[in-house]
Amino acid sequence: MQISLVLNGKKITEEITPDLLLIDFLRNHGCYSVKRGCETSNCGLCTVFLDKKPVLSCSVLTARTDGHAIDTLEGLQDEAKEFGAFIADQGAEQCGFCNPGMIMNAIALFRENADPTDEEIKEYLAGNLCRCSGYEGQLRGIRAFLEYKRQGGASCRQ
Amino acid sequence: MQTVGQPIRKKDAEALVTGKPVFTDDLAMKDCLIVKLLRSPHANAMLKKIKTDTAKLVPGIEAIYTWEDVPKHRFTLAGQTYPEPSPYDRLILDRHVRYVGDPVAIVAGENEECVDRALKMIKAEYEVLPAVLDFHTAKDNEVLVHPEDNWKALCPVGADNQRNLCAEEESHAGDVDAVLAGCDVILEETYHVRAAQQTMMETFRTVCYKDAYGRLNVMSSSQIVYHVRRILSNALGISKSKIRVFKPRIGGGFGAKQTAVSEIYPAFVTWMTGKPSKIIFTREETQTASSPRHEMEITVKLGADSEGNIQAINMYTLSNTGAYGEHGPTTVGLSGHKSIPLYGSLKAHRFSYDVVYTNQMSAGAYRGYGATQGIFALESAVNELAERLHMDPVELRMKNMVREGQVMPAYYGETANSCALDRCLMRAAEMIGWKEKYPCRDMGDGKIRSVGIAMAMQGSCISSVDVGSATVKLNEDGSYMMSIAAADMGTGCDTILAQIAAESLECPVGNIAVSGADTDTSPYDSGSYASSTTYITGTAVRHACEQLREKICSQAARMLECGAEELEYDGNVAKDVKSGKTVTLEEIGVASMCNNVQALQVTESYSSPVSPPPFMAGAVEIELDKETGQVEILDYAAVVDCGTVVNPNLARVQTEGALAQGIGMALYENVQYTDKGKLLNNSLMQYKIPSRLDVGRLRVEFESSYEPTGPFGAKSIGEIVINTPAPAIAHAIANATGSKFRELPITSEKIAMGAR
Ligand code: FES
Ligand code: FES
Repeated sequence: MQISLVLNGKKITEEITPDLLLIDFLRNHGCYSVKRGCETSNCGLCTVFLDKKPVLSCSVLTARTDGHAIDTLEGLQDEAKEFGAFIADQGAEQCGFCNPGMIMNAIALFRENADPTDEEIKEYLAGNLCRCSGYEGQLRGIRAFLEYKRQGGASCRQ
Repeated sequence: MQTVGQPIRKKDAEALVTGKPVFTDDLAMKDCLIVKLLRSPHANAMLKKIKTDTAKLVPGIEAIYTWEDVPKHRFTLAGQTYPEPSPYDRLILDRHVRYVGDPVAIVAGENEECVDRALKMIKAEYEVLPAVLDFHTAKDNEVLVHPEDNWKALCPVGADNQRNLCAEEESHAGDVDAVLAGCDVILEETYHVRAAQQTMMETFRTVCYKDAYGRLNVMSSSQIVYHVRRILSNALGISKSKIRVFKPRIGGGFGAKQTAVSEIYPAFVTWMTGKPSKIIFTREETQTASSPRHEMEITVKLGADSEGNIQAINMYTLSNTGAYGEHGPTTVGLSGHKSIPLYGSLKAHRFSYDVVYTNQMSAGAYRGYGATQGIFALESAVNELAERLHMDPVELRMKNMVREGQVMPAYYGETANSCALDRCLMRAAEMIGWKEKYPCRDMGDGKIRSVGIAMAMQGSCISSVDVGSATVKLNEDGSYMMSIAAADMGTGCDTILAQIAAESLECPVGNIAVSGADTDTSPYDSGSYASSTTYITGTAVRHACEQLREKICSQAARMLECGAEELEYDGNVAKDVKSGKTVTLEEIGVASMCNNVQALQVTESYSSPVSPPPFMAGAVEIELDKETGQVEILDYAAVVDCGTVVNPNLARVQTEGALAQGIGMALYENVQYTDKGKLLNNSLMQYKIPSRLDVGRLRVEFESSYEPTGPFGAKSIGEIVINTPAPAIAHAIANATGSKFRELPITSEKIAMGAR
C-alpha cells in the first residue's frame, strides 16, 4: 500500500507492507535515534511524536501514519542538545541507549507543562525505562534544565 | 589535582543525548544477511533428525547450518584470561541440546521475513531426555548434562562432567569447628538468590563482514574484544590474525557482555559465506538464552560470644551454572572471598562450594559477580545475629568490621591498605536517621515504616591476572591520542581514563582523544570487567603518560641542546633553566615528525598482584503495607569508599544505577521455570525492572580512603554498588514484619502471605 507522511518536516510518499511497524520504517529512513528495547511496549526507547504527541513507534503500524506528521530526535536536534546538556552535566546519559526515547518524552512534557513538579515528571516519564542511571541523575538534570528555563533560557520551540 | 576529582562531562555525551547513530545496529551495513537461531523447545534432548532442505528453498535464504556443519572442538563463551577457568563445554551448534533455548540451527537470509519463514520450515526431531531442573539434586545425578568425552576443563577447579560438577573447592583459616564450639551464640541459616537478569537496554548484537584482506571483522556490543577474538578463533578454528573485533558505543553491559553470547553465529555465517551478516537478539532471547546471575543457595553459620564479638564464619555455597559453565568456577568464589573479609574480628573461617550443571540457561557475569549473592547471605545473617544478641546491628558491625591495616585471611591474605568502611557505616546510619527510626514505626494507617542496613565490598581487578594497557602518542599540535581496549559501556571509562591521562600530562581533558576498543589497533587489555578499568587500565594510562612525558622532555632537551636535568617542563612549555630558552609542546610535536627516530608514542601494560577492595554501607527506609505486602522505597542512603573519586558525577550515577538494579533484584526481578524447564519471565512485561516510580530517593555520598597502589589513590566503583540493597531491604522488611525472608526476590505476595 502507498502512504504519504511528513517525517521531520519532509514529505515522504512510499509503498509499504501493511504490517510494517513504524519503528522499522523510521530506522529504514535513517532515524537511528529510534531504539528498540523490547517487544512488549514496556521500555519507551522507541518514543517518537505522531502529530506532536508522543507514541511508542514499536506499537504503531506505519500504515496508520498516512497523512500524519512524525518527528524523531533527528528533527529536534537543537532541543535535544539544549536539554541533553543538562543530563550530560549529571553524567546521567550513561550508555545513552535509552536517551532518545526519554528526551523525546521529556520534550513532550515540557511543551505540555512548562513547570512540572517532581511527581509530574516521574509520572510522565514512568514508561521510559533506564537500566544505567537509577533515574536520579535524569531527575537532577531535568530540574536544572527547568531552573535554567525559569532564569530565562531560550524557550522550547513549539 | 586539576582534572582527577572533577565532575567532567563524558566525551561521548553530545552524541548520546542527540541520538546519533553510534551503536552496533546503527552502524551495520544495509545489505547484511539477517541471522536468526532456531532454538530447542526441550530442556534436555538429542537431535535425532533435522531436515532443512525445504527451508533452504525459501527465496532469499543464503544458508542454514546445523550441528553437522560446525567444527567439533569445544570452547567456552566466557570472557576470561586464557586458560579460562570455565570448562570448554560448548559447540557452535550441538546435537545434544541442554536447555530450552539452546540453538539448534543458524538461518541466514536477505531479510527478516524469509528468515522467519525458513525457521518455521525446519523439521527437527528430538529424543527427549530427562532433565536436571532442580540444582539441589544436580550433583551426582544419574542424568548428566555433559556426558560427552570431549568436554574439558583447562584449570584445576574441581570440575567433573561425570558428576555434573562445574567446580568445587574448600578453603579455610583456623579451626572453624573448634572456634564455633566455643561460641555463646550460633546462627545458621540458608539464603537463596535467583538468576537475575542484567537487562541492559541494548540486547546482544553483532555485525560481521570480511575486509579487503579477507579477514573477519566483528563489530560487537562487547565488554571483551580481545577475549571475543580468542573465542572466535577457538570456535571457528582460524588464526587470531584473521580476526578483528571492535566495539562501537555499547547500550549497557553490567557483565552480560563479558560472555560472547551473540558473536559466534554471524561470525560463522560470514566466515562461511563471505557475506556481511548481523544478529540482533530479541528481548525474549536476551531473557531466555543469555548470561544472567548465577542462582546460589548459601548456608551461613556464624558464631559470636555473648558480647557480640563475631568469632567464626562457615559458609557453603551451592551455585547453579546452568547448561554451560561460563563464569561458573569463578563467580562462586566471590560469594565467600568477597563477603567474609568484611569482618576483621574472625578467629577462623571456612568457605566451601559446589557449582553444578543443570538443564537451565547458562549463567554468566552480572555486576557483583557472586559477591552480591554472598553479601546478601552474610549481611542478612549478621542482621539476624544482632537480633539474637539484642544488639543494634550498626553497633554489632562497628565492633566486628574490617579496619584499615588489617590482614584479610579470607581475601587471599591481602591487607586492607585503604579502608573507610567505619566512616561509611556511621555516615549511612546518620543519613537515614538510624537512631530515631530503627527498627520501625507503625504509621497507624495500615503502613509501617522501617529501616535496614548492610555493608559491602568488592575487588578492583583479578589480581595477578587482569592486564590493562594504553598507548599514548603526541600529535604535532600538542594534543594526544590515547588508545585502549577497555570497553566504555556507558560507564564513562573513556572519559575517566582521559582524566587520568590529562592529570599525568598536565593538560586539559579535551586534549586527549580516546579510541578503542579494537583488537587491530588497541594494545592488549583483558577487558572491562571485575571492576578493573579505573584501577588496572588507569594505572597503565598513568605509566604510559609518565613515560611519554620523559620522551617529550628528552626531545625538548635535544631541541634546546641542554641536558635533561637542566630542563623544566610544565606540560606545555619546556625551558632550559640555564639559557632561559624554551620550546612549546606544539614545537616538540612538530619536530617529532621531521627527521626524527624517537617515536613520541608509548605503550604500557599493567597488572596488579593485589586487588584492593572498595567498601560501602547502604541504609534504606521503606514503607510497608501490612495488608498487601507492598514495599515502597522511601529513602536509600549509600556511602562508598572507592578510594579517590576520579569523577564524582560518574561515580554517583554508577551508584544510583546499581542501587536501582539492587532494588529490583530484592523486590521483584524474578526468574521462574515451568516444570518442563521453560523460563516464564521472558519479556519486560514478565520481568519487571524498576521504573522511576519505584526507586524512591537515592542519596549517595563518598567517604574516601587513599589507595596507595591505585592511580591517584583510586580503587573501583562499578560493581560494589549493587551489593547492599538486597540485604538492607530484606532487613527493613524483617524489621517491619517480624518475619525473615531469606529468598530473593521478596515479592509483596510473599510478604502478605508470610505476614499472615
Ligand atoms: S521498543 Fe520497547 S516500548 Fe517500544
Ligand atoms: S543510560 Fe543506559 S539505559 Fe538509560
